[in-house]
Amino acid sequence: MDLDEQSFRRESGRIVTALSRIFGLAHISLAEDVAQDVFCRALEVWKLRGVPDNPSAWLMTAAKNRAIDLLRRERTARNHLSELGRAYESEWTLVPTVNGIFSVETIEDDQLRMMFSCCDPHLPEETQVALMLSLLCGFTAGEIAAAFLSKRDAIAKRIERGKSMLASCKTLFDLSERELPSRLAAVHRALYLLFNEGYHGASPRAAVRAELCREAMRLAKLLLGNPRVSSRETYALCALMWFGAARLPSRVDSRGDLISLYAQDRSRWDAGLIGKANEFLDQSAGGTELTEYHIEAAIASVHCAAARIEDTDWARLLWLYDVLMTIRPSPVVALNRAIALANLQGPQFGIDAIRAIPQTDRLAAYPFFPAALAELELRAGDAKSAQRDFEAAIALARNPMERRFLEERAESAKREGVR
Amino acid sequence: MSEFVYLYRGGQRAESPDEGEKQMQRWVAWLTDLAAKGHIKDQGQPLESEGKVVRGKNGAVTDGPYPESKDIVGGYTLIEAENLTQAAELAGGCPIFEFDGLVEVRPVMKM
Repeated sequence: MDLDEQSFRRESGRIVTALSRIFGLAHISLAEDVAQDVFCRALEVWKLRGVPDNPSAWLMTAAKNRAIDLLRRERTARNHLSELGRAYESEWTLVPTVNGIFSVETIEDDQLRMMFSCCDPHLPEETQVALMLSLLCGFTAGEIAAAFLSKRDAIAKRIERGKSMLASCKTLFDLSERELPSRLAAVHRALYLLFNEGYHGASPRAAVRAELCREAMRLAKLLLGNPRVSSRETYALCALMWFGAARLPSRVDSRGDLISLYAQDRSRWDAGLIGKANEFLDQSAGGTELTEYHIEAAIASVHCAAARIEDTDWARLLWLYDVLMTIRPSPVVALNRAIALANLQGPQFGIDAIRAIPQTDRLAAYPFFPAALAELELRAGDAKSAQRDFEAAIALARNPMERRFLEERAESAKREGVR
Repeated sequence: MSEFVYLYRGGQRAESPDEGEKQMQRWVAWLTDLAAKGHIKDQGQPLESEGKVVRGKNGAVTDGPYPESKDIVGGYTLIEAENLTQAAELAGGCPIFEFDGLVEVRPVMKM
């Protein structure tokens, strides 16, 4: 039985969007309850009848009928519902209105608007991302917590706060066209965080991380599909994601363990996705602004262009990291710059550059900081220091997968030391 | 081959979509297997848990009566099997047992 769990989740996000539009923003919880109810009933029926050929369409129709049912029953209370209340008063307008909201184009447009609404400037970034996962992607609080290694209750609270914030602003679906561009940067940022959590994230389950990446890509595509609200920056962001997605399958081995960039089987990189990413990268050019997404996409393209690790254009990478340091300096960027420098000029240059990075709390907890140092020390022939720094990295590992990866590297440092 | 009805009684409904999906997969797997072996005459229908009861000479209609929830029929399937023993054996694989339900196996009366 091959059921694409992914498509159900997506459907649940679409249903919640449509239903919140129908019931009004103040009733997101009702929308979620109805969506869940529809879903559970569908499963009861499919249990005995089998899964229909097009489960998505089936779910949508069921949700639509359920909405119409509820609206008929709640007619007396219609004023409490959304701004569409009037349309529900008469049978003549009720069904066409609901049908309209459930049409593919409207749902896509509403999902887009929901995305911008989630990125309310008053909400912290983590809340924006959690809200998107909850409302647009149908993740439960438990799943979001697992993906971000947080506590379920904390995430649930965060989502609740976000929702009540949304409910209090009356203009969710009426965000004016003028407001959209001003929130675009926040939307980009949230999608970037979502993708990165999938790509570099701490969740030990590869499947969970791949799902986060896929959802980020789906939402980014939604953005791209709407020229009114997307920009060159959106293309750059998409290029970055697609390059990343192309390399996703080669980042872990069959046991789910991490594989370093140096050891990855590049023949497993997805040429189709790389081609698409290159197209996005081309389309991202020509604007007046050079953003971090442009640079990061360019960096990813350099890696993807190298058939073997030896073919990597480290000089170009170093230059790109230098630019990135001026646009959005961070210790992690500095670390990557140091690695490029080491590959270009020799390990000792890299080691010196890493040591020169100002220590921050964030960096001190990042396992790949001591790990990178250790790799370069190993290359410079200092197996002893390498071993020490790998041990430090192991102590910081955020999940078993990282730990196994680092332990293996530490082992090879030990072997080098004995030799 | 004789015909039998499986009446599914009780069984907790899933509380989350994830759990529901797992339950559903188990059911589909079980019924697909029975169908592949030629035992499914009609895959039947799930039933709502609410209903009315009509009784008495005057046909009085009441809600329920709801017996214990473990007794509510939640669906049925029409089965073909050699005999009652085999039909009951086949029912043994039903996932409902893991969710606190039972399967009533009843031979269809032949004229």
